[in-house]
Amino acid sequence: MNFDRREFLKAGFKTILATGFSLGAFEILRPEVLAALKKEEGIRWTFLVDTTKCIGCGMCVRACKLENEIPYEVNVSRTWVERYVMTKDGRIYADSPNAARDGFIKNDPMGTMVKKEDIDKAFFVPKLCNQCENPPCVQVCPVGATYQTPDGIVLIDRKWCIGCGYCIMACPYGVRFFHPVYKVAEKCNFCYHRINKGMKPACVDACAFGARMIGNIRDLGDPVARIIKTERTAVLKEEYGTKPHVFYIGLDSIVR
Amino acid sequence: MEVHGELWTLKEFFVYPNEYIYWSLQIVMYPFMTGLVAGAFVLSSLYHVFGRKELKDMARFSLTFSYALLLAAPMPLLFHLQKPLRGFNVFFTPHFTSAIAAFGIVFFLYASIVASEIWFVNRKFFVESAINFRNAEGLGNRIKGFVYRVWTLGAYDISEESLKKDERAVKILAGIGIPAACFLHGYAGFIFGSVKANALWMTPLMPVIFIMSAIVSGIALCMLTYIIIMQIRKVVILRKRKPWMTSAEEVRSVEIDAIKMTSKYLIFFMVMAITLELLDLVFRGYTALKHWDILRVVIYSRDFFNIFIIQYGIGTILPLIIFLMPRLTIRRATIGLFLVLVGVFMMRWNVVIGGQAFSLTFSGYMDYILPVIPYNYDTFKEGVGGALLILFMPFFFLWILNKLIPVVDSTNRVIENK
Amino acid sequence: MKSHILRPLWVVLALIGITLIARAIIVPPDFGIHEKGYTYGWYRKGNEEDWKAVKIKYQTREYCKDCHAVQYKRVVSSRHAKVQCENCHSPAIDHPEKPEKLNIDRSRELCLRCHAYMPYRPVKYAELRTGTITLKMQDPDTHNPDMECMSCHSAHDASFK
Repeated sequence: MNFDRREFLKAGFKTILATGFSLGAFEILRPEVLAALKKEEGIRWTFLVDTTKCIGCGMCVRACKLENEIPYEVNVSRTWVERYVMTKDGRIYADSPNAARDGFIKNDPMGTMVKKEDIDKAFFVPKLCNQCENPPCVQVCPVGATYQTPDGIVLIDRKWCIGCGYCIMACPYGVRFFHPVYKVAEKCNFCYHRINKGMKPACVDACAFGARMIGNIRDLGDPVARIIKTERTAVLKEEYGTKPHVFYIGLDSIVR
Repeated sequence: MEVHGELWTLKEFFVYPNEYIYWSLQIVMYPFMTGLVAGAFVLSSLYHVFGRKELKDMARFSLTFSYALLLAAPMPLLFHLQKPLRGFNVFFTPHFTSAIAAFGIVFFLYASIVASEIWFVNRKFFVESAINFRNAEGLGNRIKGFVYRVWTLGAYDISEESLKKDERAVKILAGIGIPAACFLHGYAGFIFGSVKANALWMTPLMPVIFIMSAIVSGIALCMLTYIIIMQIRKVVILRKRKPWMTSAEEVRSVEIDAIKMTSKYLIFFMVMAITLELLDLVFRGYTALKHWDILRVVIYSRDFFNIFIIQYGIGTILPLIIFLMPRLTIRRATIGLFLVLVGVFMMRWNVVIGGQAFSLTFSGYMDYILPVIPYNYDTFKEGVGGALLILFMPFFFLWILNKLIPVVDSTNRVIENK
Repeated sequence: MKSHILRPLWVVLALIGITLIARAIIVPPDFGIHEKGYTYGWYRKGNEEDWKAVKIKYQTREYCKDCHAVQYKRVVSSRHAKVQCENCHSPAIDHPEKPEKLNIDRSRELCLRCHAYMPYRPVKYAELRTGTITLKMQDPDTHNPDMECMSCHSAHDASFK
């Protein structure tokens, strides 16, 4: 039995201490810089989305669903693409029909035809699990069925999950859902089986536009890490304190 | 094939693709049931701990009823879980940073406290019954005798001295039980209040609000069931008049006295509950954070009927008027109590369903279509059918307990067995 | 005289004992606190391997190039150089054993995913080694609406047939 009482107490105590006396002095720095400062070893998977390159073809969604066996016809997906259209009268249209599984082939945001002249700005935003450094979904799992791996990926144990849905409620990004077949919580894991074999996630491979990139934030020579450190990038919903590890180029304040 | 939740979710405007109402009717039932448990126990403890003599009659009844409710309280969760057979994992590998895991332990401790208290309260009865049934004939009686023998836990000493010890134990257990009950239900509130992703749920007031409304609902249900049982007893008394039985008139006067006394506590906790809820609402409006725009739409227009008409109007203000008007009658009290229960149920509904009525995008809505007529397993267990089944269970357990334990008072029962 | 006061406590302790014994039998030995501490790292270690063992379906172009060298060369030298074979030919999985034949999507809808005109689609395409080009977009309602794209265009060469 791996239930060492001392270890357990020690870890619990450490957690309490860590929440109280985290590296507060460095809080002005972003997590990736912090990671470099702490000189941590090993891999920390990080994703980079260039929204300025995304054309909304939805090939990533299709590849993801097939690669990860998410029933194709069911309206849930590990990744999806959103379309934002802001018109001159200040209206914001946002949609992601069928999680953009079939891409966007008509200029009909939210079922409304919008004229070219009326558009102020419009763009596509791919979404996926943020593999947060402080994942609230993991914190609330009552049985330890979801967890963070040493390389920063949040996984779900399909054999241990009780299907309470608390993690789905706790995620501010809405990336989790119940797998229609296995009846347990499900979400993107950066194609853990692929990245551990030296491949890229299925969505990254499927993207012909270079809008999706994956890398190791702790590796100074990594192109993704370099872009995040040297260019202007942003993360989604920073205010929740989750420290997301999916970075965006060209994010806008209207993105939800 | 569809994803869990899709059957009863209607999306409007911009909602993330994976968002559905995953927590449905059974999650409304769950805090409602635990609330009843906690409330019933607090009511019984008011007598045992604080020596509120006027509540003596209610105390014994509400303690047993609390246990019947307790047995039914985990059932909504089991109906809700996608993998109910793995429910025990909560005890095997509890992850205490989760409010649900801590709840499992608190629930077990609380169940132990209530069961122990019932044991001490009824120990004399168990011993006497075990002796009475020792040489009983017939299978039914022999089973009963066996159950009583097990329930004595081998302690046959019912001397004056040991009964004194029992009383002291009851007092201590009731004393531990009150914080445990509040803890239990505070945790139910914490489950919601700690979800930072949900703009409606996240408030530190949530556990306190839940405890207050829990006590309100528990007291109301105990009073209501007490009234029903007393009515049945009156009918029984009128049918088979026996010289040693109390008269129907006496029962009536005891009944209205107990109801009047208990309703004072009910009113106090109702005022506390509504004060906290309004404080929460005012504070949200005043601070008007980023999500207030959508919360305002949900609270003041989309859920207006559920919140202000049913929960506050019919479920809080109306019963307050009923109880505050002079010359309370049993009939009026019954109506008032029923409305209180409706009000508390709607409060749970407005928290659980209302919290999912808007999208994480803050620019879309989700409507909950309550499955009334079930057409598959999901729509039964998370629909009206499953909820009614769960509502019925505590009364079923109470019926069984009533066969074995004197629920209302013990004086008649022992004689009847002879 | 022995006191009966603690009897319920023994019952409770017995129940806890049974739970702990059941726990020892049922919970896998590799379940415990791992690298990320109790808050984020309380799990069954073996599950990491479960996820690593998931079957790969999209094998990428490297998998196709030896047998289908001709088409491979055509595509990589065309403006579709960044489009993976499997985007249109469906995931290879264990092809040619399983499945023997891939399910090729030749539909208009597939082409339109990238080539339907929308005013907000980025026009400049800079992913090719040969330099920046313009993304070809057509209005599907006016551009030969009844015809299949493949009757005039070649996907492998990204040009006319």
